[in-house]
Amino acid sequence: MSTAETFLDSSELVLNMGPQHPSTHGVLRVILKLDGEKVIGTECVIGYLHRGVEKIGENRTYVMFAPYVDRMDYISAVSNGLGYCLAVEQLGGYVAPPRAQTVRVILTELNRIASHLLWLGTHALDVGAITPLFYTMREREEVLKIFENYCGARLTTHAFRIGGLQYELYDGFEDQVRVFCERMLTKLDEYEELLTGNRIWVNRLTGVGIINAADCKRYGVTGPLMRAAGVAADLRKLQPYSGYEQYDFDIPTRVNGDSFDRYVIRMEEIRQSVRILRQAVERIPTGPVMAKVAKVLKPAIGEAYVSVEAPKGELGYFIVSDGSLHPYRMRVRPPSFLNLQALTEMCKGALVADVVAIIGTLDIVLGEVDR
Amino acid sequence: MSKLKQLFRTFFLVDLLEGLWVTFRNQHPKHIYTEQYPSERPQVAERYRGAPRLNNNPENNETLCISCNLCAIACPENLIVVGWERNPETKRKDLIQFTYDVSRCMFCGLCEDACPVDALELTQDFELASYTREGQVWDRQMLEEGPYPVKYKS
Repeated sequence: MSTAETFLDSSELVLNMGPQHPSTHGVLRVILKLDGEKVIGTECVIGYLHRGVEKIGENRTYVMFAPYVDRMDYISAVSNGLGYCLAVEQLGGYVAPPRAQTVRVILTELNRIASHLLWLGTHALDVGAITPLFYTMREREEVLKIFENYCGARLTTHAFRIGGLQYELYDGFEDQVRVFCERMLTKLDEYEELLTGNRIWVNRLTGVGIINAADCKRYGVTGPLMRAAGVAADLRKLQPYSGYEQYDFDIPTRVNGDSFDRYVIRMEEIRQSVRILRQAVERIPTGPVMAKVAKVLKPAIGEAYVSVEAPKGELGYFIVSDGSLHPYRMRVRPPSFLNLQALTEMCKGALVADVVAIIGTLDIVLGEVDR
Repeated sequence: MSKLKQLFRTFFLVDLLEGLWVTFRNQHPKHIYTEQYPSERPQVAERYRGAPRLNNNPENNETLCISCNLCAIACPENLIVVGWERNPETKRKDLIQFTYDVSRCMFCGLCEDACPVDALELTQDFELASYTREGQVWDRQMLEEGPYPVKYKS
């Protein structure tokens, strides 16, 4: 930027936002180039939470690595586990039994709701509405209780194993899910009452952080951000996995691609998840939950790329096997990392206060960005 | 008309009052979720994966562990060390040492799954704090007896 472009000859200011800034949802550092209050350039500095997950994967056996993927996107650990298990199953030629597939769908959809709820609470907190955080945490607690009852952990669940499930369903699982679905829909109306009509909420989000469909494709942005820009891209429909083709649900889309649209999309996605849950919980087949998997897992030489629709976008696992106990190469395609790249595009011409709203609406988890 | 309505809503702060009505409704005591933690301990799930325990046979109080070392092999973090020596009379392996480094444990439950005799188990105890790093390395006695969390008086 040349100085001639600045307003009233005020000098440019370079401001570091983060890594300790509370609204960056972790340890993201954004270098903002400011002209007064206006943002004329942003640059993200990442890597503060780098743990070398991919390298760890190359030094562990296939079964051992499964708990580590939960720690990338710790808000939606179940989706991460599903993607990894599907990738290894494709590599080894295993297919999970129907009962396991249905339970997987139920747990991932519950996790999608939990992830969106946490996003809603923290995003509203960033923008200035403190109340929704307490309410969304309360509903998320119900999901975490189901996880705790099912697999014994609340956050880093390690719920799925390669070839199916380790645990059989506990008594009362179906009822608990049904009660949660009922409760969730009424509570969603309550959130809408708090936020959708709220003038401050609407004014803070409408027209902020616009990204169009072409830019989404250019940056590899997926998930609710892309659907808010008008592209009905959802891997659950485009390449169904784990039996998603049996369920009847819609992909919500909007046209503007601004922050408010992304809010509407995520609220609608919770409704659709509840719809899937209600169908799935009525048709859990009987039978085994685990396929016959070799005790010592040595997949044949080859490679597999499997992507699933995580709450934040397309989550892909690329695994190369050289026929030994450990993967030869492990690569994760995290949705948060690619969605974060669009920040520069979205922040052009925004105000500093809008940057907080835009980072919030991206729904990033830094554990997944840095891996 | 809609402009007039908008002006009415703006002037009388209708959307603010709508939001306040939601918060007012949620003040009802049945919506209280707060747990009074140290005085009231939460009931964790039956399958909760917490502190490890090495089970003894309740009849003769001998350890169930057969020193097969499968848990140590299954552990992703290599934090279990099993020591044994061959008993010349019974030709079986006798457990002489079992250490478990809780500070590195991520409670994934793979050791529990690997155990063929249900000797190693992750229990419902979740209070694992200690003052030293060495206190996190649990020996066989600690694993058999379990942690001693301080009981606070309510």
